Amino acid sequence: MTNKIKIKIDGKEIITDQGKTIVEAAHENGIFIPTLCNFAGALPKGCCRMCTIKINNRFMTSCTTPAAHGMEVENNTIEINDFRKGIIELLFVSGNHFCPSCEKSGNCELQALAYRYQMMVPRFPYDFPIKSVDGSSPYIIKDQNRCILCKRCIKTIKDEHGRHYFAFKERGHKLEVLLDEKMGKEISSALAKKAMENCPVGSIIYKEIGFEVPIGQRKYDHKPIGSEIEN
Amino acid sequence: MEKKIIATTSLAGCFGCHMSVLDIDERILDLIELVEFNKSPVDDIKTFTKPVDIGIIEGGCCNSENVEVLRSFRKNCKILISLGECAIMGGLPALRNGIPIEECLNEAYINGPTVGLNTQHILPNDDELPMLLDKVYPCHEIVKIDYYLPGCPPRADLIWDALVALITGSKLDLPYEVIKFD
Repeated sequence: MTNKIKIKIDGKEIITDQGKTIVEAAHENGIFIPTLCNFAGALPKGCCRMCTIKINNRFMTSCTTPAAHGMEVENNTIEINDFRKGIIELLFVSGNHFCPSCEKSGNCELQALAYRYQMMVPRFPYDFPIKSVDGSSPYIIKDQNRCILCKRCIKTIKDEHGRHYFAFKERGHKLEVLLDEKMGKEISSALAKKAMENCPVGSIIYKEIGFEVPIGQRKYDHKPIGSEIEN
Repeated sequence: MEKKIIATTSLAGCFGCHMSVLDIDERILDLIELVEFNKSPVDDIKTFTKPVDIGIIEGGCCNSENVEVLRSFRKNCKILISLGECAIMGGLPALRNGIPIEECLNEAYINGPTVGLNTQHILPNDDELPMLLDKVYPCHEIVKIDYYLPGCPPRADLIWDALVALITGSKLDLPYEVIKFD
């Protein structure tokens, strides 16, 4: 039997199992902590910083920090929410996110977080970087304009031998997630669909079925992201 | 209460945001009780004839004329609102930002599949035509913008709620559904 521990999030006491991360503990108890690069079933990486919380007056990523008995976590505060909003705004200006022409619009986690935090305009100047689009695979379009480098596709899309379809290329501001040219041509239709689902933005698009769900029926049209967790 | 003066314009936009104003339906009768339009495509007044309280900008800046109009709006309006994705981030016209301007013009006037009539291969070069900018700029990168209403187009309820709150000074409490980027 696992040990039960108690932690406090914004003053609310919750009980969780030892070894769980703060995000897992919060979500199980109906408290929403926004995540972007974190994906259920994959090893957390803590790179997008969306899930930033404060413990002992220090900023930590809650997807990589295990809950410990007696922890007091600050989550839904003005300071932290503005910090999170700033991250969303940085992601919007550092790529080319043209929501009106994107097939993922309405189902996009980045956009949904922007709605939740009421981003009317980014506080930073737009970068408009020059990026490429790879359509060489029969099922997938990999659009670098929309990629936020969360690594979710790299971690979750593998073939039966455990080989990755996606990988990082270059470093620093040149860093990109590429679809392997040879494996991309052999990817199955089902796996390509899964890759699109796992991508939080519209960087991985399944070919030929764009705009399938009409406006008004999409995932984040009526309810903010995280409302399925909150109680 | 004295009527507030409103001016509107469409820069590098498609007039969709202006159309969305019409989606306020019968509330347009309430609107004309609250405001008077000055320079705007709505009443076809071409120049500012008096100081304006609220200027509404649709579309980003893609050429020198857009910049000039935007600056004249800043000069003549107490409050400026960026209405819609194009005004806020360049929108669809800004899709050209990653392409050199010469390539854009060549595609549009010389090499494109639908330029059959341009047999002399002329690029538009009349002095009367405004110069294209190197890229499409969001309005707030040219002048100071006071408020932003996102959407493509912004929902009519968003425009209505924001305008009424601004004019009457009441609190603005926006429901989740009205803030959308598409």
